[in-house]
Amino acid sequence: MAKWLSRAPRLAAVGAYRWVDERLGLGEVLGYARQKSVPLHKHSYWYYWGGVSLFFFLVQGVSGVLLLVYYRPGAEAYNSVREITFDLDFGWLIRSTHSWSSNLMILSVFIHMFSVFFMKAYRKPREFGWWSGLALLGLTLFLGFSGYLLPMDDLAYFATKVGLEIPRKLPVIGPAVVDMLRGGAEVSEVTIQRFFALHVVVLPFFFIFILGFHLWLVQRHGNAVPPSEEAVPESERHSIPFFPNFFAKDLAMWLIALNVLAILAALFPWQLGPQADTLTPAPAGIHPEWYFMSQFEVLKLFGRWFPGAAGEILGILFFTVGGLLWALIPLYDKSSQRAMRARTTTWLGYIVLVGLIGLTILGYFDLD
Amino acid sequence: MAEHEHAESGGESRLQKTRRAFVRLMLSAVGAAYAGLIAYPIYRFLGAPARRAEGMAAVTQVTVQDGERLRANEAKMFRFGTRPAMLIHHADNTWVAFDAVCTHLGCTVQFQADKQRIHCACHGGTYDMHTGRNIGGPPPKPLKAYKVEMKDGQVVVSRA
Ligand code: HEM
Ligand code: FES
Repeated sequence: MAKWLSRAPRLAAVGAYRWVDERLGLGEVLGYARQKSVPLHKHSYWYYWGGVSLFFFLVQGVSGVLLLVYYRPGAEAYNSVREITFDLDFGWLIRSTHSWSSNLMILSVFIHMFSVFFMKAYRKPREFGWWSGLALLGLTLFLGFSGYLLPMDDLAYFATKVGLEIPRKLPVIGPAVVDMLRGGAEVSEVTIQRFFALHVVVLPFFFIFILGFHLWLVQRHGNAVPPSEEAVPESERHSIPFFPNFFAKDLAMWLIALNVLAILAALFPWQLGPQADTLTPAPAGIHPEWYFMSQFEVLKLFGRWFPGAAGEILGILFFTVGGLLWALIPLYDKSSQRAMRARTTTWLGYIVLVGLIGLTILGYFDLD
Repeated sequence: MAEHEHAESGGESRLQKTRRAFVRLMLSAVGAAYAGLIAYPIYRFLGAPARRAEGMAAVTQVTVQDGERLRANEAKMFRFGTRPAMLIHHADNTWVAFDAVCTHLGCTVQFQADKQRIHCACHGGTYDMHTGRNIGGPPPKPLKAYKVEMKDGQVVVSRA
């Protein structure tokens, strides 16, 4: 009797699985996942970062919907975030989780992009993986920018104000696009309302579609191996099944990510500054979030070298052209047969990586 | 070593079985602990307004603003804690107050001076305007009556 009781839940679970399996063919999916394999070599570690980015995106979805329960866009925005942070049980933790996870998500997306780059995983047939990945990076940055305004404290206000003034310097389209985004000549309640629509509906909607495409491509083409591994004869290469082996490791990474996030969110609660007020001067040393710091610094440097509007336009041009070239890499470095191009591209990657990090650090020293 | 050979020659040894069961138990326990640590803050966060409402519902006494100005044969709606309530000044100069939530399915009731009754528009329930007793339609119970007192010229309503 006791034995039967202890086995009942298991039997019920097996029965339920069979019932669903007969109708949806879960077994096929699982069988496919078992067949699929992931290359095993000394750089395999870098394969986890797409999964980690996905984990943080899921955290953003859950914590974002929870914030949505109490957040009120428009004129009451600051007050509602103040309530979430100070009045509601654990509201500070949910908000802190959303903010920390957004930063960790952006960091993981960057790591993922550079690891893909150095593994040369953008080569045929994976070009669309590279392009959809860049679209996801763009959306992630835009989600970060639009979310940052929502609490409408002084930092949010000035960061958004400055952030929108920059593209406004672009000839012809700049003013039109920016004024539409901002909903008027000033950052105001109107701006919050439309950033809110972007942040919780429009951007996540596109994100999910492109993410689906991106993941489908990964399933279709499998993981690329880096050049060092390509040099190894096929028979000497190793791999592990995606399911359950790699999947279990993925979950282990997610657990580590969850722990890091929990520690940061709980021990360093996200702050809320004083309410934004147009008549209060901007606080000293104001600067953008770290992930926009390199662009900010480039604009500052170009502004010093070239007087007037030329500095800004050249700075924007520098980043736009750079980004465009970065997107076109798969059309240049197409195959391992062209060793010269492969080597040039790798060097370019180092320059971009070191350049971004260097400019970011420089940006923090260059605050006045 | 011995147990290793054992395993290779077929079925698991007893030790391996208990070890497997132990690992499974520990993993489930850790998993449950994580689930709890995530679920508890979310539960508290979502439940915060309900708890605040409970606090407000604990109110035992309310002064009805401008209640003393209410003319005879008229009613005034007010809030008792979080619930709608009704103060009636009868023609015989008696004062009564009721919880204004219909005992049927919760609509807010109204005083009908012309018909001399309390009426619920949702399904046509009626109540006695002096006692709150349910006298017609679907309501199963009378309206809860409050105690009404005049203190320093103001109308003070409290739990009976
Ligand atoms: C996918 C669904 C998402 C939803 C429903 C959502 C929802 C929200 C809401 C309601 C707020 C305002 C509350 C507050 O400011 O604390 C907010 C803020 C914010 N969000 Fe999201 N979000 C989502 C995804 C993301 C993503 C992917 C990122 C970035 C990678 C992000 C970054 C931010 C940032 C930086 C803030 C400001 C945090 C603060 O200072 O409080 N969000 N989000
Ligand atoms: S709710 Fe009042 S009669 Fe049904």
